[in-house]
Amino acid sequence: MNQASLECRHISLSYGTTPVLRDIDLRIEPGEFFALLGPSGSGKSTLLRLIAGFNQHQSGELLVDGQDISGVPPHLRNIGMVFQNYALWPHMTVWDNVAFGLVERRESRDAMRRKVGAVLDLVGLAQYARRRPAQLSGGQQQRVALARTIVIEPRLLLLDEPLSNLDKQLRVQMREELKNLQRKLGLTTVFVTHDQEEAMTTADRMAVLDKGILQQVGTAAGLYDYPHNRFVAGFVGTANLLEGEVTAVSADTLTFHARGLGPLALARPAEPPAIGPAALAFRPHQVSMRPRGEPGDGARVWLDGLVESAEFLGEFSRYRVRVGEVALTSDQPHYAGRGMFAPGAQVRLGLDPAQLRYLDR
Amino acid sequence: MPATTLQTGARARSPRTLASPGPLIAFGLILAFLLCFLVLPVGTVIYTAFVTETGAPTLGHFGNFFGQLVFRESFFNSLWVALASTFFASVIAVPLAYLTVRFEFRGALLIQTLGVLPLIMPPFVGAVALQLIFGRSGSVNLLLDDWLGFTVPVMDGLVGVTFVESIHYFPFILLNLVAAMRNIDGAMEESALNLGARGLRLFRRVIFPLAMPGYLAGAALVFVKVFDDLGTPLVMGVSNMLAPQAYLRITSVGVDDPLGYVISVIMIGFSILALWLAARVMKGRDYATLQKGGNALQKRRLGRWESLLAYGWILLVLAVVLAPHAGILLMSFAKVWSFSVLPDAYTLEHYATVFSDAGGMIGNTLLYCLLAAGLDVVIGTAIAYLILRTRLPARQWLDWLASAALAIPGLVLAIGYLRLFKGVQLPGSDRLVVQTWVLIMLAYAVRRLPYALRSCMAALQQVHVSLEEAAQSLGASRLSTMRRVMVPLMAGGILAGFVTSFITAAVELSATLVLVSTESQAPMSLGIYLYMQSIAGRGPGAALGVLAVAVVGLGTYFSHRFVERSRAAVQPSSRA
Repeated sequence: MNQASLECRHISLSYGTTPVLRDIDLRIEPGEFFALLGPSGSGKSTLLRLIAGFNQHQSGELLVDGQDISGVPPHLRNIGMVFQNYALWPHMTVWDNVAFGLVERRESRDAMRRKVGAVLDLVGLAQYARRRPAQLSGGQQQRVALARTIVIEPRLLLLDEPLSNLDKQLRVQMREELKNLQRKLGLTTVFVTHDQEEAMTTADRMAVLDKGILQQVGTAAGLYDYPHNRFVAGFVGTANLLEGEVTAVSADTLTFHARGLGPLALARPAEPPAIGPAALAFRPHQVSMRPRGEPGDGARVWLDGLVESAEFLGEFSRYRVRVGEVALTSDQPHYAGRGMFAPGAQVRLGLDPAQLRYLDR
Repeated sequence: MPATTLQTGARARSPRTLASPGPLIAFGLILAFLLCFLVLPVGTVIYTAFVTETGAPTLGHFGNFFGQLVFRESFFNSLWVALASTFFASVIAVPLAYLTVRFEFRGALLIQTLGVLPLIMPPFVGAVALQLIFGRSGSVNLLLDDWLGFTVPVMDGLVGVTFVESIHYFPFILLNLVAAMRNIDGAMEESALNLGARGLRLFRRVIFPLAMPGYLAGAALVFVKVFDDLGTPLVMGVSNMLAPQAYLRITSVGVDDPLGYVISVIMIGFSILALWLAARVMKGRDYATLQKGGNALQKRRLGRWESLLAYGWILLVLAVVLAPHAGILLMSFAKVWSFSVLPDAYTLEHYATVFSDAGGMIGNTLLYCLLAAGLDVVIGTAIAYLILRTRLPARQWLDWLASAALAIPGLVLAIGYLRLFKGVQLPGSDRLVVQTWVLIMLAYAVRRLPYALRSCMAALQQVHVSLEEAAQSLGASRLSTMRRVMVPLMAGGILAGFVTSFITAAVELSATLVLVSTESQAPMSLGIYLYMQSIAGRGPGAALGVLAVAVVGLGTYFSHRFVERSRAAVQPSSRA
């Protein structure tokens, strides 16, 4: 089985004077399903194309199994890539598309027939071998593109926004298929996406990129629970961010002066933040909500607020609550028969100190 | 090799396109070709027009030119004929374009046919045929005189030239305009309707401005073509225009006569001016608004009177456009045809004459044009690849240089060749280069390169880069990618470019007239012209013309079929 590791060491790339990737340092383990997550223009596709050999970094090293492959032309890298638009050749049948790489490798006719047949079986398209790509649906084209890439047994599999051209239902189905296939083949796989849900549900680990800078690397839960900075907190899941300043840390309390809200006395976390400007981050579903008169438990920090708007989303309702001069988002699980807070309602919001994160970046 | 020096430092990283020498070599070769056979010859012509015999710079030749009545007259005649032809070509083409795009009716197919029919007949052949139909003693005037007692002198002098040129060149406007209007998104019209614009106001305020770039591109081309045309005035016996004057100076006074060069410079100047004006007006107005998945302009049915008007106009244009074809066909079978509506007797002997005498000419045409068109698509594909797929600095120059050939009249290029290669011997023999057919072929190739280049660029643009990258990531080298992916996908476009180059080169007369040095080198176009010079030769000339039209027409038809088929195979069908 082809299981290669991939390592980026201080990789930088710029187009003219515009930096696109800045000092990327990253290690992907053999057999790992790894996601590059970021908004458009973050450099994630550039990084993927750089691994494939279509972009060339100006400094740094790109190692596959410890060997620097910078400067090796794409066709000698043996790194398979599935393109966002699938890039199936319209003048070839499905079979010829899949056999393309084997022809380049001068495989024997028998081996070719066996391998192409096997991979088409694997993706469930054996009966479509004689068709042209234009005669297939989007999902089938996606499978052909995948089959064409894995049949050459690449050292690495790269997927560029593999699900973005599919409609929502198909996307969820293909997501699972991709994951199963990757497990089965054990291929080290890197895929690019701007969809955090896609990354969280499929990848073993992921890297979040923004403005060409690697923001954080980790598992889905790791990034969600312990974001390093404001960008990651906001991009992976939804977050409330209270800007302000840590003014004092004592033996068991911490004073956070929130802008537009005033000082909050909070429990001291195990690793307290430094004194100075910071943001307090927490997830909407971690904020409990009570009518103003009702007492809350003492384990939480309670803030008085006014409901500004309410959205019913099925599993939960999302409220926008004004507290002092800031607006906080609170998600409350929904059950039939349980009423909703109306806009204008006087409420109290409870923050769980264990879930609060202090971000100084 | 400069490319390898870029890689000498072990850590040096350059874009992959610079790292391999292939593109650089191709760039160098193409540049050298264009310099030798386009820039230098034209440069020589311009230089000669501005220096005295001793090489001192002077404007005296221009003073001399404008000092002579015959040249002043020729200059204004050419200008007026070109402007008037552009105007009349527009009058014919604009309604036809509007009808095709706007209305749902069967005439659309007729209009499409109208669009290519004139182009497949060289204008100087058409001129002879039109004399027989519309001339002073042609069929139409004989009938008019018989029935109504008057004649229309539509084929005389400058009016005649304008008439022939308008009929021949209006398809350039028609095709460009139709393409531009087809690219207008129906939503543009719908939102205008939604905001209250209707009918003619809608046309004037929205549709026409959006189609303007297409119209201008066509109109500029017509102007340039007419201004530079040599064959038509010569055949019609009109010599007081610029191109015939230049030709007469060079052939009668000699290749050293400065006035021929002055005329050449003026012709280049006006061609460039017209194309530049059109490009300037169109700058930043690429109005292809049709969105992916958008609809074209809505078509509606014609009312009864509208239908009558539309069909009337189409049939009238069709009759006039078909006149030269009918005329040439009749002439090729006519035993005697003068002062009568139709020939008095028919014969096949002209074709026999042609096949026994002119076999060499047909062979020459095939030889020159196949080579020229082949050269064009090879260079065109290479330039397209360099421009669209590499980051070579200055790669745009190739496009500009190659496209500049559009503004160079064939006559001027040929004069430049004669001047530049005067006395140069073919390597390894004592034959002079100017006495071989190589220059004829190269003149064809250079003049037709812009068409081939546009086709190849369009073909490559349709091939998404990722199709190429996918091949590379699966292990295909650059060459293998070219062979297995790029060329098959571009085949339709390349073939279209080849055929366009071939058929337009086959009817090229102006460069041919100047460059052919012995009769055995003459291609069909020159053969037709020479036959047509004598009354007795008109029959065989017409027969040869019919053959040329048939070849060109069949070529166009089959390439069209092939391109449509390969496009259907390549483009995803909507029913996916």
